[in-house]
Amino acid sequence: MDAISGDLNAPHSMGTTIIGVTYDGGVVLGADSRTSTGMYVANRASDKITQLTDNVYICRSGSAADSQIVSDYVRYYLHQHTIQLGQPATVKVAANLVRLIAYNNKNMLQTGLIVGGWDKYEGGKIYGIPLGGTILELPFTIGGSGSSYLYGFFDQVWKEGMTQDEAEKLVVKAVSLAIARDGASGGVVRTVTINKDGATRKFYPGESLPLWHEELEAKDSLLDILSAASPEPMVS
Amino acid sequence: MSSIGTGYDLSVTTFSPDGRVFQIEYAAKAVDNSGTVVAIKCKDGVVMGVEKLIASKMMLPGSNRRIHSVHRHSGMGVAGLAADGRQIVARAKSEATNYEKFVFSLVGFLCLYFTSSVKLGVYGEPIPVKELAERVASYVHLCTLYWWLRPFGCGVILGGYDRDGPQLYMVEPSGISYRYFGAAIGKGRQAAKTEIEKLKLSEMTCRQGVIEVAKIIYGVHDEAKDKAFELEMSWVCDESNRQHQKPLNVPTIRVPGSDDVLEEAKTAAKAALEEMDAD
Repeated sequence: MDAISGDLNAPHSMGTTIIGVTYDGGVVLGADSRTSTGMYVANRASDKITQLTDNVYICRSGSAADSQIVSDYVRYYLHQHTIQLGQPATVKVAANLVRLIAYNNKNMLQTGLIVGGWDKYEGGKIYGIPLGGTILELPFTIGGSGSSYLYGFFDQVWKEGMTQDEAEKLVVKAVSLAIARDGASGGVVRTVTINKDGATRKFYPGESLPLWHEELEAKDSLLDILSAASPEPMVS
Repeated sequence: MSSIGTGYDLSVTTFSPDGRVFQIEYAAKAVDNSGTVVAIKCKDGVVMGVEKLIASKMMLPGSNRRIHSVHRHSGMGVAGLAADGRQIVARAKSEATNYEKFVFSLVGFLCLYFTSSVKLGVYGEPIPVKELAERVASYVHLCTLYWWLRPFGCGVILGGYDRDGPQLYMVEPSGISYRYFGAAIGKGRQAAKTEIEKLKLSEMTCRQGVIEVAKIIYGVHDEAKDKAFELEMSWVCDESNRQHQKPLNVPTIRVPGSDDVLEEAKTAAKAALEEMDAD
């Protein structure tokens, strides 16, 4: 029993697969939903895509606590900045604030982040901020432990100027591929699409995702069996 | 119009019974007695010109600048007490730099009044002109709140070009700041404003604007009262790559033999003046 439960006191880490892609008119952010404490899945339906402003969202990976704190700080600064500026903050400014915190506290933090959003000056933008606090403006980027399995996939499939539909399908497919192979990623797929009309959240439950090579069908849960009608008595 | 404060004008922290702060109004008078500063916002940028009254023939031409670059994308023309103006420009430069880049400065923490806001004001992009104007205005206003500080004896015209296009702001010694199409401060401001109102600014390019500003400055200069003056100009427009440039050493096509916009403007302005005298 002990071997199965694992170390419940281990820091909560988000094994994670996170993705951000730009398309013609905006960006799509995607993530899985597994938060693990060692071997134990602490939250199988977590929301790793956090809102910073109406038009900027952030995908969080690595230490759950660290990424939440960074997001909280940046949301606070961006709120003040927006008030002072009198108009929505740009994605670039949001990403810059994130990387300043990530870089200046690199010794204490362990979190990889993807900042994505839309503003009226630059349109849809994606910024990757990996562990050390680098900031990279990219047409698409992937992060988290599950991303290792996606580099080849994106090399093959990525193209500039996709439509919103193409981009969303790409993100969902990619996250589900990573979930299939990465033990630290799983659960559902969440996406957020951000364009000039605002931000839209979408949710793809596990059963709706396609099965990949060697994956098995989901079995009935024990609870279904319990609530079913009594089985026939065994007759010898 | 101008009344003596008698008793209510001894301190900037005293209101008069009719709700005026006389010290601030006196500070504005210092601005009114200085050489004219004119600025216009054309459709592709901002042009600024200063009537720099020369106090002595011993002065080197080009010294005692009245127009300063605050940041790559913006500049400030100063009227009034020059030393006060230097302080305002320094503050504006500091605000602009700190907004964009993180500065590992310990000096920033020493005195909150005299150094710019060092919050996490680090946004990685050039400061929007509107924001810069607000910060300069609030700094100027700050110095009207305490009895141990005197108000700045200078007004500034801030012209800049950011993501939202070219913009022109004027900050008065009271700390008021408005956005303008065209602005003038100093001795000849009334005449200058009349001239600016005649211009069709929305259709004018900065190239044309330079000539017009030079004409206005030459026009408002009072030969009788003041002696020589030097024309100082600057612009920030599409042609200058949205950078604040001064002096203008850009080759022109129109006036043969003249090799910069400033010279062309001066020539045109003098010609216009002669035309007016001939009438």
